[in-house]
Amino acid sequence: MATAGIQTNPDEFQERIDAGIKIEPKDAMPDAYRKTLIRQISQHAHSEIVGQLPEGNWITRAPSLKRKAILLAKVQDEAGHGLYLYSAAETLGVTREQMIEDLLAGKAKYSSIFNYPTLTWADIGAIGWLVDGSAIINQIPICRCSYGPYARAMVRICKEETFHQRQGFEIMLTLSRGTAEQKAMAQDALNRWWWPSLMMHGPSDKDSKHSAQSMKWKIKLFSNDELRQKFVDQTVPQAEFLGLTIPDKELKWNPERGHYDFGQIDWDEFQNIVQGNGPCNQERLQARISAHRDGAWVREAAAAYAQKHPRGARRSA
Amino acid sequence: MDNVLFEYLLRSGDNCLILSQRLSEWCGHGPVLEEDIALTNVALDLLGQARFWLSYAGEVEDAGRDEDKLAFLRDTRDFRNVLLVEQPSGDYAHTTARQFYFDAWHYLALGELSHSSDGRIAAIAEKARKEAAYHLERSVDWIIRLGDGTEESHHRMQCAADALWMYTGELFEMDEIDRAAEERGIGPNLTALRAPWRVQVERTFAEATLQVPAGQWMQRGGKRGVHTEKLGYVLAEMQFLQRAYPGSQW
Repeated sequence: MATAGIQTNPDEFQERIDAGIKIEPKDAMPDAYRKTLIRQISQHAHSEIVGQLPEGNWITRAPSLKRKAILLAKVQDEAGHGLYLYSAAETLGVTREQMIEDLLAGKAKYSSIFNYPTLTWADIGAIGWLVDGSAIINQIPICRCSYGPYARAMVRICKEETFHQRQGFEIMLTLSRGTAEQKAMAQDALNRWWWPSLMMHGPSDKDSKHSAQSMKWKIKLFSNDELRQKFVDQTVPQAEFLGLTIPDKELKWNPERGHYDFGQIDWDEFQNIVQGNGPCNQERLQARISAHRDGAWVREAAAAYAQKHPRGARRSA
Repeated sequence: MDNVLFEYLLRSGDNCLILSQRLSEWCGHGPVLEEDIALTNVALDLLGQARFWLSYAGEVEDAGRDEDKLAFLRDTRDFRNVLLVEQPSGDYAHTTARQFYFDAWHYLALGELSHSSDGRIAAIAEKARKEAAYHLERSVDWIIRLGDGTEESHHRMQCAADALWMYTGELFEMDEIDRAAEERGIGPNLTALRAPWRVQVERTFAEATLQVPAGQWMQRGGKRGVHTEKLGYVLAEMQFLQRAYPGSQW
C-alpha cells in the first residue's frame, strides 16, 4: 500500500471529488474510500469470472458454429474484463491472489445473478439481453466515477458489453421468430431471468447500506431504484418487439410519471441467494475452487521454470 | 462430386472442429486467468478454420449441406478427424501434449497446403498457418515450462506425452485419398512431414528435459471414420440441439 501512510484531509478530498477531479492510485485517499473501491471492484471482477460459468455451460452445446464462435468470444471477453478489473483493484494495494483467495473462501461476493442455472439455449439469449442489459445500465455511469483506473477500465468493458447485449437480443429474436417450441423456450427464459435481472440493481434505495456514502464519493452516480427504473423502461418495448410477455401483471405505463410501474421484487429470494442458498451458489464456487486447485501444479511449474531460467531467455519453435 | 477433394476438406475441417470443441471445455476452468483467455483464443482460431474447411466441403459436395449440417448432423463413422484430437482434455499436461503434437504437425501441413494447386485451399491454409505458428509457439512454451518446472509437472508432462504418443502416427499416414490429393497437387506427401515434425519434438523435449516416447505401435482409423469411443460423447454433446429440434434455425 504505497499511500496508506499519507494523511488525508476528508474535506479537501471531498472538494476534489466535488470539483470532478479524478482520484489516481498515488493520490492520498481516505481509507474507507479505498476499502469501498476494493470491495466494489473486486466483487465486479469476481462477477466476471464466475459469470463465465453459466454461459460457458452452453459453449460445447451451442446450436451452430457461428453461435459457438460468438459465445466463445463473449465468455473470453468476460475473462478479459475480470483481468482489467483485478488490475484496477491492484492499483489500490491489494493483490489478485488475495482477492481470489477471498472469493474461494466465500468471503468476497459476486453478482447473485450467476447463481441461477442456464437450463436451455434460450437462457444464453436471456443472459445477454437482460443480464448484460442490466449490467450496462449499472456500469455506464461508472465510466464517470471518481477513481481513474476504475473509470477507464469501465469504458472498455461497457463497449464490449453493448455488443454482448446485442448478441443476446439477437438470439432471443431468432428464437421468438422460430418454431413454437423455440418461442416457448424464449418465453420460459424470460420468465426465469426477468426478476433476477431486476434484482441486479441492488436493494431498494431505502435498504441499500452502502449507497449514500458511495454517491457522495461519486463511486455511484445514480441510486439503485433509478437504475432499475431505467432498465425496465428500456426493456419493456424490446420485449414487445420480440412478442414475449414480461412476467409481471402489475407492469403498466404510467403517463404521469413517464415511466413503467412494476410489481414488487421478492427481496426474500434475493437475500437468500446473497446468503448462499441460490440454486447454483455451491456449484459455482466449487467450480472456481476446483479450477484453482487443479491448476496449482501448473502455476507452480511456471513459477519454478521462471526461477530456473531468469529473464525468460528461451525461444525455440 | 469430387470425392477426393470432399474427403480431404472434411479431414482438415474435422481436425479443427473437434480439437476446438475439446479446448472449449476449458473455458472458465483454466489454471490461471491468462491461460483461460489463451486457450479460448486457440479454440476460436480452430473453430474459424473448421468453418472455412467445412463450408468449402459443403460446396464441393453440392448436396445442400452447409458447415452446420456437416458439423451437427453427421454421426461418428462419418467424421474424418485424426484420433489424437478427440482424446479427452485430461489434466493440463494432457491438453498441452495433445496440442503440441497437433500444432507441430498442423503448422507443417498448412505450410504445404498454402501451395496447394487448389486456390481456395491455399488461401485458407495461408491464413490458418499464421494462427498455427502462434499456437505452436505457445504449446512449445508450455511443454518446456511444464517439463522443466517442478518434479510433479515433469512427471505429469512425461506421462501425458507417453500416453498420447500412439495417436501421432496417423498424422503422417498416406491412404488412397491422400495419395490422390498429392497426385493432383492438392495436398502434400504427409510422410515427408514426419522428419521435420520429429526434429521439432526432439528439440522441444530436450529443452523440456522430457524423453521422446519410444513406443512404436501407432493407433489409426480416424481418417476413415473408425474412431475411439470418446468421439461419440463429444458429438452427443455438440450436436444435442440440432438433433433435438430438427430443422430449426438458431
